[in-house]
Amino acid sequence: MFKNLFLKSTAVFIGLFLLIFLAVPIFQVFYVSFLDQNGHFTFLNFYDFFQSALFIESFYNSFYVAAMSVVVASIFAIPLAYFTARFNFRGSVLIQSLGFIPLIMPPFVGAVAMKLLFGSNGSINLLLDDWFGFKIPFMEGLNGVIFVESIHYFPFILINLITSLNNIDRTMEESAQSLGSKGFKLFRRIVLPLSMPGYVAGASLVFLKVFDDLGTPLLLDVNTMLAPQAYLRISSIGINDPMGYVIGVILVLTSIAAVWVAKLALGGKDYSMLQKGGGGMVKRNFLPHQKVFAYAVVFFILFLVLSPHIALTLLSFGTIWSFSVLPDAYTFSHYKAVFDNSVFIKNTLLYCSIAAFIDIVLAFFISYIVLRTKFVGRQLLDYIAMSALAIPGLVLGIGYLRTFYSINLPWNDKPLASWWFMIVIILAVRRLPYALRACNAVLMQISKYLEESAESLGAKKTTIFRKILIPLMTGGLLAGFVTSFSTATVELSATIMLVSTETDAPLAYAIYSYMQTAAGRGPGAGFGVIGVLIVAAGTYLSQLIIEKNYKQRGMEAKID
Amino acid sequence: MKKILAIFIALLFASNAFAASGKVTVVTSFPKDLSGKFKEAFEKKYSGVTVEIVGKKTTAGIKYIQETKSNNGTDLFWASAPDAFEVLKGDGLLEKYTSATKGIPAKVGSYPVNDPDGFYTGFAAAGYGMMWNTRYLKANKLPEPKEWIDLAKPIYFGHTGMSAPSRSGTTHLTVETLLQGDGFDKGWAKMKFISANFKTVTARSFGVPDGVNSGDFGVGIVIDFFGLSSIGGGFPVKFVYPTITTLVPANIGIIKNAPNQKNAQLFIDFLLSPEGQTILLDPKIRRLPVNPKTYSKAPKDFPNPFKNSSIGAAVKFDVTLSKNRYNLVNSLFDVMITYRMDELRAAMAAVYAAEKKLGNKNNAKAKQLIAEARALVAKLPITEAQANDPAFNKVFKKSRKKAKDGEKYAGTRQAEVEADWDKQVVANYALAKQKAEEALKSL
Repeated sequence: MFKNLFLKSTAVFIGLFLLIFLAVPIFQVFYVSFLDQNGHFTFLNFYDFFQSALFIESFYNSFYVAAMSVVVASIFAIPLAYFTARFNFRGSVLIQSLGFIPLIMPPFVGAVAMKLLFGSNGSINLLLDDWFGFKIPFMEGLNGVIFVESIHYFPFILINLITSLNNIDRTMEESAQSLGSKGFKLFRRIVLPLSMPGYVAGASLVFLKVFDDLGTPLLLDVNTMLAPQAYLRISSIGINDPMGYVIGVILVLTSIAAVWVAKLALGGKDYSMLQKGGGGMVKRNFLPHQKVFAYAVVFFILFLVLSPHIALTLLSFGTIWSFSVLPDAYTFSHYKAVFDNSVFIKNTLLYCSIAAFIDIVLAFFISYIVLRTKFVGRQLLDYIAMSALAIPGLVLGIGYLRTFYSINLPWNDKPLASWWFMIVIILAVRRLPYALRACNAVLMQISKYLEESAESLGAKKTTIFRKILIPLMTGGLLAGFVTSFSTATVELSATIMLVSTETDAPLAYAIYSYMQTAAGRGPGAGFGVIGVLIVAAGTYLSQLIIEKNYKQRGMEAKID
Repeated sequence: MKKILAIFIALLFASNAFAASGKVTVVTSFPKDLSGKFKEAFEKKYSGVTVEIVGKKTTAGIKYIQETKSNNGTDLFWASAPDAFEVLKGDGLLEKYTSATKGIPAKVGSYPVNDPDGFYTGFAAAGYGMMWNTRYLKANKLPEPKEWIDLAKPIYFGHTGMSAPSRSGTTHLTVETLLQGDGFDKGWAKMKFISANFKTVTARSFGVPDGVNSGDFGVGIVIDFFGLSSIGGGFPVKFVYPTITTLVPANIGIIKNAPNQKNAQLFIDFLLSPEGQTILLDPKIRRLPVNPKTYSKAPKDFPNPFKNSSIGAAVKFDVTLSKNRYNLVNSLFDVMITYRMDELRAAMAAVYAAEKKLGNKNNAKAKQLIAEARALVAKLPITEAQANDPAFNKVFKKSRKKAKDGEKYAGTRQAEVEADWDKQVVANYALAKQKAEEALKSL
């Protein structure tokens, strides 16, 4: 009976956590969308939404951009993942780590870097115009949004796909090979279907993120999409137009629907494999001409997706960079400002590691409860946690102030909302969906029979967690941790509402504060580079651990 | 286990350990380059007092103060846009204070320096103008602009930018100045013809100087300190005030129930003191001091509104009129321009094409069609009388107080009005495009 009690109380605890730190604050803000001018309950605002040509157009645009971004992001991610995970590929750990970096686009300064490179008068277009007399509108209109979003979010697919590929039981691929299947057919019939959970997890994240993303459309000044429409209406001075919140509700509902569709897509199929493959799989070798082709593709993709960060680095060392291919001159002085204010870096490391740790613990239990138990309402946990993805950070920030500001801390009589730990909590809540998708995908690939046989041999639930699930899920848990951690390092929209003193502020806030002046561009870029380096180091480390883990199990499999 | 717990708890408390007695907490939209300089100088002068700077965007700052009023920990709100202070004042969140500092005139340009009711104090002035990237203009062979109307010329098509007035209080004042300077209908027509040339309408006011500094577009409509500090930062840019501009004070105000009221007053006095005013001239700040004497220390070519009476004096700015239709003007701008930039651009591109082909030819029919197309672009979905009607403006007002039955527009919703405007505007732009194309064909 113990196992159920333990799990049930965990479920209740998680439910309460989500209720207090997600549902209540959101409700505090969103109920406005159901009020008329006199404060009475009404659905009229939703009627207005569907009556407005602008909103319908925005809805369509958001949907189109999100769907197209999934397609383009897949084109970036699939070759990188497949080549590096299934073949002997020198530098695969490095490549997988680098492929993760685009997810970390520091606020504001990342946008400036992108424009300096791809903008209509950016380096590439200036060169093209000079050499060939034409320009490519990389960053114009909806196509620009798709381009930038795909570069930005394709790592979601990459990281989940790699984890999935590493988890494929080698016997599946080997049996197919021994039956004569090879090349693209092998990939299409065996590898691709078996890695579906990871792909769908990544693709649904890309879809959701792009659908709700605010930063990129704002950077490109594309206003006719849902997220910018909501943001512009919510944050205008002195206007309290309920339509902003109505759009917010619609974003949340669409996101939940997308998660549900992703579930349906995977539903009815069993992706679990008895033998936890990974290590057992002997990585194949390329034929010489294949090798050349594979390296060319990988380097082209890497160059493309990393170019914004190359521009960012140049910006952090450059003096003046204006309407020219490269900065006029170089200097180290911006980094002096960065290291004089290292408190921001320290705060970011502290906040984001605690937040990401909270995330994987919660994500582990939520995915276990959803996939392995029959608790009533277990799906609800998943949906509520995922809906965090769709809540604009600003809205959640306002909700936190509204909910927690009037509660005082017992030890110093300061408002709860101004306590730095609330920044950690809001980061954890906002990044939970990433960890959750990662955990879900790995757990789906682990066969229930492993746990059931352990249980029938008398193992306790905690022993099963410790000895079977956690070791087998290391890759997924680490992937979740890294994703949550790194995306949290550049989160700004929610934290900016909660920062109450500068000494408690994280790095993203420092970037914001520097990027409001002409002279602050260099130091802002410097902070951005530091953030990216932190994330890169973390990612590389975790990839090494995953790889080691994978090799170790490979050894064991061979000894068997 | 206990040790880990102890460390954890210690960690949790760590950041709250420093509750110094003498401090003042300032919520500000100003960048670190500005706030940091004042913090440093103030703390040097009053060594016992610590200045806590909390940087937030103006809109976020207002929301923060509104949401935290039940348990207020903020002493001062320090930002540019007077309308932000009007919002706080309207909510009763500001405390009256009049500094005893002498030598500050009552008006800068034609705008009063301080809030007439005494709730907030102006400490620096700023006006709108145009900044441009010299490399960009040279590469694209564009002339330097002098007046707003220059930006409506076809040559600047796709080369200019501005932020939306709903996003930036100071941009709003520029639009309002244009409307008051040229009259409602004419002013909007001018605004639309200028806007049709925009490469972009940025959501962030700093997006405009960012774009010009990077060379993303050539000319930006910006507030002076963005231009002046970009020059100070070494960017290849220039700045000019057109004849029609308004100088607006940047302000500071004490928050109601401020925990450190004495220090807050001290901070305001410091801003107005000769030392405080001189800090404004720093190359990274470059805002116009409100104390005329400070200008003697300014670099050459630094604009002085107290000497050069042409800056900000051409329009007699009606503050009440501006305040009454504030949200309506923003909403109208967004519906007609920000959200329909593509349609507006397409219509004017067609007009430009027809006008170019027309040249000096004497084709009455084409001329007529082009004139009609321009009129359609300029056409407003609302009359001036309605725009100034306080009852209609209530539709756009923030507080949803109980409307009295029988009151005009009682059940009207903002979204409903906007959807209707949008329909008219889109139809007008489409028709304008059609007429211009017809004119082109007839030539």
